[in-house]
Amino acid sequence: MASVPAVLQSEWTKIRTVASTIWTLAIAFLVTVAMGFALSLLFSTTFDDLSEAERTTFDPTFVSFSGMILGQLAMVVFGVLVVGSEYSSGMIRTSLAAVPQRGTFIFSKIFVAGMLALIVGFITGFVSFFLGQAALGDHGTTIGEPHVLRAVIGSGLYMGLIALFSMGVATMLRSSMLSLGILMPFFFLVSQILASVPKAKDVAQYFPDQAGAKIMQVIPDALNSDRAPYSPWEGMGIMALWVVAALIGGYLVLKKRDA
Amino acid sequence: MIEAVGLTKRYGAKTAVYNLSFQVRPGTVTGFLGPNGSGKSTTMRMILGLDQPTAGHVTVGGHPFRELPNAPRQVGALLDAKAVHGGRSARNHLLSLAQLSGIPAARVDEVLGVVGLQEVARRRSSGFSLGMGQRLGIAAALLGDPQVLLFDEPVNGLDPEGILWVRNLMKQLASEGRTVFVSSHLMSEMAVTAEHLIVIGRGQLLSDMSVRDFISHNSADFARVRPADTDPGAREKLVAALGEAGGQVLSERDGALRVTGLPLPRISDLAHESDVRLWELSPHQASLEEAYMRLTQNAVDYRSTADQLAGFAPPPQPGYGGQLYEPPVVPEVPTQGWYAPPPPGENPYASDGPPPAQAPAQAPAQAPVAPPVPPLKAAATAPAPVTAGPAPASAADLVKHVSDEKPDRTAKPDESDAKTETTEDAR
Repeated sequence: MASVPAVLQSEWTKIRTVASTIWTLAIAFLVTVAMGFALSLLFSTTFDDLSEAERTTFDPTFVSFSGMILGQLAMVVFGVLVVGSEYSSGMIRTSLAAVPQRGTFIFSKIFVAGMLALIVGFITGFVSFFLGQAALGDHGTTIGEPHVLRAVIGSGLYMGLIALFSMGVATMLRSSMLSLGILMPFFFLVSQILASVPKAKDVAQYFPDQAGAKIMQVIPDALNSDRAPYSPWEGMGIMALWVVAALIGGYLVLKKRDA
Repeated sequence: MIEAVGLTKRYGAKTAVYNLSFQVRPGTVTGFLGPNGSGKSTTMRMILGLDQPTAGHVTVGGHPFRELPNAPRQVGALLDAKAVHGGRSARNHLLSLAQLSGIPAARVDEVLGVVGLQEVARRRSSGFSLGMGQRLGIAAALLGDPQVLLFDEPVNGLDPEGILWVRNLMKQLASEGRTVFVSSHLMSEMAVTAEHLIVIGRGQLLSDMSVRDFISHNSADFARVRPADTDPGAREKLVAALGEAGGQVLSERDGALRVTGLPLPRISDLAHESDVRLWELSPHQASLEEAYMRLTQNAVDYRSTADQLAGFAPPPQPGYGGQLYEPPVVPEVPTQGWYAPPPPGENPYASDGPPPAQAPAQAPAQAPVAPPVPPLKAAATAPAPVTAGPAPASAADLVKHVSDEKPDRTAKPDESDAKTETTEDAR
């Protein structure tokens, strides 16, 4: 029985020795921070042009996380590649021949990659917040305000869960290309579009990204958006359920299918 | 020790491996031979627990692979030279595998030296040639100093120096008392590496014996006899005389005869007695390559021609008594007539429908009894003899052997059919 610490160590070696890890995580960080900073700057200069309703529900915390919309895509790529490259390279057969216990193998891999994504997510969240508030200047807020710390920590959790969800999907689909082809349009287009269509919205707000993103709002109806029928932490819970479902699905596929 | 019992693997409608039972013993190099697509890699994957057998089971050292404690220290495998993340360096690849089973990093550098990759150890493996990939795969297999080693086509892409090295490595590993199981489609390579051979064709066991037995069983030495062309009746006279004396006669394309079962002096005497002049009488020893080709060729021929035969076979000739007949033409195995097995879809055992016992059950009944041999007249007009000719003795045995392997699910396993019995037990 390959022991769990040994498998964890091995997976850590695997993940730190490929260039794609550094690239995808660096892009996730830079894009989120840069875009959040730029939009914060934009809001701060055009604040007076906002409508009355938007001004009263202005959520400086949420604005500084605007970069997540793009940055999460790099997290998706990271999550997909961590699992998918095992399949595309054929490494999966070498890995499973070395660790016949497939559950140990996949959950060790996902744990290592998930922790890494989470740490990068937290760093990204805090840097985004502070840079964004600096850009907003007078319209900004501070970490000491009510619910703000929750939103900042939540943003890191959100990024970590997005990566985990992608890993689960990639394990189910066993292909990087297929997983990216489904997840990228889903998170970037489908989910965003449906969330702004009146009727579809009722369903779309239970999508993993829509539900999870609510935790980044300090004001529930930020920028005059609709209130969600669940609390921020409940939203995070909904996202977590999606993640758990994807991971269980991936595990079952790995366990049943031939490598 | 690797032990497979009734191993069967189906992928949807396609049967890749059917009722395969064999043992791989420690202390010798066991060659695993078969044409492309015959199920070698599938079998290897099942041994390693990567693919779940549809039926039967396989154990390594008495345990199913997935239940082996610390598998990398017990079983080393090279399955696919390119099964490596191209962006990772050779050393890091091996390091990640070593860490799985508590193998120290120093061992990684050691095996890199053994396979001769220390110079490129820190280069990305995507730039490796196939030969370098093979060496990296072999290094991964050796990493845990395992007692059981599996190599799937290890010499693919290696230079002559590398081939020699692999050959000696296999022998050395076996001499240390390890179990070494090497697959290949190159008989010539196995002839000098392996001591024991397991041959499969189209997913079924064709032969499981030592290399020496394999040669003597599958390629009887033969004499080439060439009667003088100048005498038109001489050939038939000689064929009849040789047949009466108990020899088996096959015809070669250029008119020479291939005689087995009779020593050279006896052939000479018979020719003399029947007043036939000979232009050639020469001994021939078939190579291992030829033995293997013939074995697998027969398996393939049997399957792919069985159906067509019914329609094309000439009606039984009333005059068929055996005085004058054209000996069957030898399939020119080494150079011509060799082709890959038909696509898997045509495997008669592939359908998931009714048990496949029926089709093969008929074959042995017909095949060993000499199939209708066209008399001279028919042979002159019809191009049938190549396929319709009676199979050589070994082929008939094979047909029988192969069909014996089919478990007839409706029939009760009797004492003589031990294989079927074990399979039934395993279910």
